[in-house]
Amino acid sequence: MEITEIFKYLYEQLAASGLPQVWVDIVALACAGVIVFGFLAVVALFLVWWERKVSAHIQQRFGPMRTGWHGWRQTIADAIKLLQKEDIIPTLADRPVFFWAPVIAFVAAFMAYITIPFGDGLIVADLNIGILFIVAITSFTVISLLMAGWGSNNKYALLGGMRSAAQVVSYEVPMVVAICSIVLFAGSLSMVDIVQSQAMIYQWYLFRLPFGPIAFIIYIIAGTAETNRTPFDLPEAEQELVAGFNIEYSGMKFAMFFLAEFINMFTVSAIGTTLFLGGWQGPFLPSWMWFLGKTLFLVFVLMWFRWTYPRLRVDQLMEFSWKFLLPISFANLILAGLMKYSGWFNW
Amino acid sequence: MGVIKKLPVYLEKIPGGNIVTTTLDYVFSQSRASSLWYLLFGTACCAIELMATGASRYDFDRLGMIFRASPRQSDLIIAAGTITKKMAPRLKLLYDQMAEPRYVIAMGGCTVSGGPFYYDSYAVEKGIDHIVPVDVYIPGCPPRPESLLEGCLTLQKRVKRMKIRDWS
Repeated sequence: MEITEIFKYLYEQLAASGLPQVWVDIVALACAGVIVFGFLAVVALFLVWWERKVSAHIQQRFGPMRTGWHGWRQTIADAIKLLQKEDIIPTLADRPVFFWAPVIAFVAAFMAYITIPFGDGLIVADLNIGILFIVAITSFTVISLLMAGWGSNNKYALLGGMRSAAQVVSYEVPMVVAICSIVLFAGSLSMVDIVQSQAMIYQWYLFRLPFGPIAFIIYIIAGTAETNRTPFDLPEAEQELVAGFNIEYSGMKFAMFFLAEFINMFTVSAIGTTLFLGGWQGPFLPSWMWFLGKTLFLVFVLMWFRWTYPRLRVDQLMEFSWKFLLPISFANLILAGLMKYSGWFNW
Repeated sequence: MGVIKKLPVYLEKIPGGNIVTTTLDYVFSQSRASSLWYLLFGTACCAIELMATGASRYDFDRLGMIFRASPRQSDLIIAAGTITKKMAPRLKLLYDQMAEPRYVIAMGGCTVSGGPFYYDSYAVEKGIDHIVPVDVYIPGCPPRPESLLEGCLTLQKRVKRMKIRDWS
């Protein structure tokens, strides 16, 4: 039985139970929220472990080996340990701001999954402004980073928060313009429509020459910068800023930042899969398997970046975004518009 | 923290609650021991050995140990290298900034007892146990990565033996 059929059956049972329609929808959405939350928690735990293994093998190490088979329980152990740690709030910290920053980071990372299609019909809500919603929600992360930097009352945290705000805001622009070219071609902002417009492999936007690959590369670069990962991890540069915006956070609050970072990485890969790699489209296997496979591949590419490239300087970072990525993405958008208008390659 | 601390007290009153607390003990101490994140703190030649232990050939990450640059997020401070009288207050400050539970490893002769070369120096602290409570002493000048790993395994054993009741 397909997963979507199970959900549909449960929903019908709920609707037949005699509850008012409003409550049926609320209960259904709450259930969907719990399912997505559980999925994301598992994904974040898995990704932390995977990142440690990937980094280790890239550096000819083994990574965690002593907690279970190849250390598969490592992140669970980390999470339980962080749960037991003392929760430190600095005396001079701005307490409400300090407290809410990790919450906002986590919620912003989590909210984006409302409109991401995990498979054929596996979507919480197919909004007709799907991708716009995701772009809007993920930019909330900036606020949480700024709040963490400001609320900690620590100079390194403030520098880290400021840097990450500048970086995320400036890389948002080329990313959105790159997404725009895809939206232009698909003719819709809905994630499901975008996936359905690339049914065959030659219809994937990645392979629509010449604008597709350019948009994809711009998207991946900007996405790496958005998630504050190397080579753009200036906000948490250990050599300069000790630990960046999360320097004063201990225990579970730090864990929330940490999980939010990994969920954001998964979000960027999931959007990349949906926009460029055909989402859940693929032969033979169930659709959610295709989605997960493609997304995890993109996650692996992001990890590969992280453990291969050195970090950029802060001025190089800004120049790269405003002087290089932005003009190219605008030219690419114009090119995509011309292609759409003239009907070339309109397969 | 408060809830977790009180949990075994309530549980033990329930008949059969002892079984749960022992299992909780096992899970908690096991996970504490398997993720000892250490602070980036090195003051002399022992720090080179510490870096070597963190790097590919010896690989601290096998034990689940990664470094954190911020004392707020680390569990373990490996005092690697000579602690001078001037550095001593900084070491104390870093130790105080760490979140409980926290552990200290004194690595090398200087941190154990003042060291083979600075034993008569007016500027060197004769053992960091004058400043912070030490869990494991690792002698050597500097200790080889193998002995540092052995020290970390010893600390893991000690952490695994801890019970929830012993928490301060």
